[in-house]
Amino acid sequence: MSLDTVKHASDTPDVEQPWAELGLKRDEYDRIREILGRRPTGAELAMYSVMWSEHCSYKSSKVHLKQFGEKAPASDAMLVGIGENAGVVDVGQGYAVTFKVESHNHPSYIEPYQGAATGIGGIVRDILAMGARPVAVMDPLRFGAADHPDTRRVLPGVVAGIGGYGNCLGLPNIGGEVVFDPCYQGNPLVNALCVGVMRHEDIHLAKASGTGNKVILYGARTGGDGIGGVSVLASETFDETGPAKRPAVQVGDPFQEKLLIECTLEVFKEDLVVGIQDLGGAGLSCATSELASAGSGGMRVELDTVPLRDSTLSPEEILMSESQERMCAIVEPGKVDRFLEICEKWDVIATVIGEVTDGDRLEIYWHGEQIVDVPPRTVAHEGPVYNRPYARPEWQDALQADDANALPRPKDGDELREQVLRLVGSPNQASKAWITDQYDRYVLGNTVLAQPEDSGMIRIDEETGLGVAVATDGNGRYAKLDPYTGAQLALAESYRNVAATGAKPLAVTDCLNFGSPEDPGAMWQFAEACRGLADACRTLGTPVTGGNVSLYNQTGDTAIHPTPVVGVLGVIDDVARRTPMAFAEEGQLVYLLGDTREELGGSAWSQVIHDHLGGMPPKVDLERERLLAEILISASRDGMIDAAHDLSDGGLVQALTESCLKGGKGARLVVPDGLDPFVFLFSESAGRAIVSVPRSEELRFTDMCGARGLPAARIGVVDGDAIEVQGQFSVSLAELREAHEATIPALLA
Amino acid sequence: MARVVVDVMLKPEILDPQGQAVQRALPRLGYEGISDVRQGKRFELEVEGPVDDDALARIHQLAETFLANTVIEDFTVRVEEREEVTPA
Repeated sequence: MSLDTVKHASDTPDVEQPWAELGLKRDEYDRIREILGRRPTGAELAMYSVMWSEHCSYKSSKVHLKQFGEKAPASDAMLVGIGENAGVVDVGQGYAVTFKVESHNHPSYIEPYQGAATGIGGIVRDILAMGARPVAVMDPLRFGAADHPDTRRVLPGVVAGIGGYGNCLGLPNIGGEVVFDPCYQGNPLVNALCVGVMRHEDIHLAKASGTGNKVILYGARTGGDGIGGVSVLASETFDETGPAKRPAVQVGDPFQEKLLIECTLEVFKEDLVVGIQDLGGAGLSCATSELASAGSGGMRVELDTVPLRDSTLSPEEILMSESQERMCAIVEPGKVDRFLEICEKWDVIATVIGEVTDGDRLEIYWHGEQIVDVPPRTVAHEGPVYNRPYARPEWQDALQADDANALPRPKDGDELREQVLRLVGSPNQASKAWITDQYDRYVLGNTVLAQPEDSGMIRIDEETGLGVAVATDGNGRYAKLDPYTGAQLALAESYRNVAATGAKPLAVTDCLNFGSPEDPGAMWQFAEACRGLADACRTLGTPVTGGNVSLYNQTGDTAIHPTPVVGVLGVIDDVARRTPMAFAEEGQLVYLLGDTREELGGSAWSQVIHDHLGGMPPKVDLERERLLAEILISASRDGMIDAAHDLSDGGLVQALTESCLKGGKGARLVVPDGLDPFVFLFSESAGRAIVSVPRSEELRFTDMCGARGLPAARIGVVDGDAIEVQGQFSVSLAELREAHEATIPALLA
Repeated sequence: MARVVVDVMLKPEILDPQGQAVQRALPRLGYEGISDVRQGKRFELEVEGPVDDDALARIHQLAETFLANTVIEDFTVRVEEREEVTPA
């Protein structure tokens, strides 16, 4: 095949081009022709098609995501906001923290191990590109039914992939979630979050400025893996026959990534880079166009200088390749030699592939012939934007009317006891230790808290004890019942989880996993979730710093539950002051903070006991969440509480079981006056937590709650080796432990 | 008994970190002139009974579903010829 140069394209306007096969729509193709004033070359078409895919351009979601910026609360803590590789937050003492969550859903279904592994690799490079040293990862995961045969294929592969890549990199995995629901059958959600730390002055941005500066590609060689992965893998729905299209997935090499991290941090330290971008989805197409678009001028790239693993690759393939472990840096000419020297020291291949020009075009040459000549902004930042039609699904009313509060309840203490054991032993509520034990939690030596604690916490300064806490939460069942409230509940829970450990919530990252944007019902769910999350972020004063949208999570006509996963980052002045979740001291008093209402819609109880999903999710009261957080943080700082655990799915009984099993101590409880024992144990009202208070601090603690107007009910005492609810039932810790810890290994080991 | 050999290799476009590690080690050990190394797996199956089309079809199926991960790997199936050893 002869080379499709710019000149050739101008001379042959009528050549048929495979725009449809590349995922472009007719009007999108026409717009490309309009922008260029001619037909695109093959290479240009490849670039536009990947960059204008849903995954890269956010064309369906953009109009809704705007709210995160427009409604963003003023925050002194934000150093870099939405739009860069990741947001950056000031955590004090001159430190900045960057964090972001991304999805790697479709690749992880096709090839669980490599899909999940490269998900970690990708998010780590995003964090690295901001100038930060990656210090921890977390993984919110969702799979089909726990006993489904395909879950046995997907889950172990995903867990091994996360563990394999993360452990090799030497990054602790400090938390996340594992949720099972038949709606994720065929569309598992593999989200990955990374946290990085730097000094304020170390922040780097993805822009190519300064005419004459060199463009350096460094890291792994470019191969034929994941070609078109972005447009094909991430933006097309699987049909019912399963993954018939099996494009080459990417295989990662964590040891190469480790070298890339150390090499990149060293070039940062010597101040050798002007701008930097990681290569992820859409590979070089994305990196060159985004760098040029954000910079001052144009860029010229000699594509034939790119080091290849396979010499037969065409220029289009090189532009689209998603080979892992690559970065692109903009370097002043005088610093190139030193840059290359450092790369050589780390055994990292580095090549000058082009330079920044004073024009305003991105020009790419192949053996001297021009194959791309485009305005970079039209590729990277001015892609199509769709106002997709959305409409509240017809079934929504019926679903909300199917009230879970009306389901048959346990009649007596014996039935309560039996249902408690079933609940804490159900796959979603059971201990996930079998999974998290496959990850290295303590490497680097700064992990203060990890799963199953409310949030992961890491120390970032060994002298002062400054640390950050991160939690991720999302409840697709709540969001299905009411996406607006469901998204707010995800934020509220994550926020509460961070506060429960004693850290002050500062900022938010989100991974929005939804069905097809071409379905008005799924689009409505997405729009409502964005609106809910943006409103709640404004009220709580925690801006969204960045994140990721994953659409088309559906098989045939069946979409997943709308699943907004929300990560919250908080700061704690001294990690020695943290609050763990374990009830470890006999005689301490157990207080329930917040109001318990009859709220069972979408609850774990309704799922486990009745296989039911209907009614309304719990109410959200963000002012209450803020107050609860303030109390938890003050109590932690002043040493008034020894343990705290947030109440969410599974309600009080779940939280109590976890706190008691972790501390190895039982608890004797009394149902507060006026509360039904069943509602007390199983309701999932938001804005609640349990704490254990030393007797010496009781007065101080209750005075503080009283003065601030937070309901605090003394519900019992830490004691013995059973959980006993007076007048109802008693269950030994041994029996609880068996129920809670045996489930996952029995299903998956 | 006949022996059937299944060779499993990563697809050519897939990154092979192990092969690369071997290749990088070669010059350090003084072996020059090797431009690329790809590493794979070899399975030797001892088959009971005749290796006819049926048997090969079954082996092909087991290789496709179990021995190889066809998302990222290719495989070949072949019958290994063995010299008849006549007892003295």
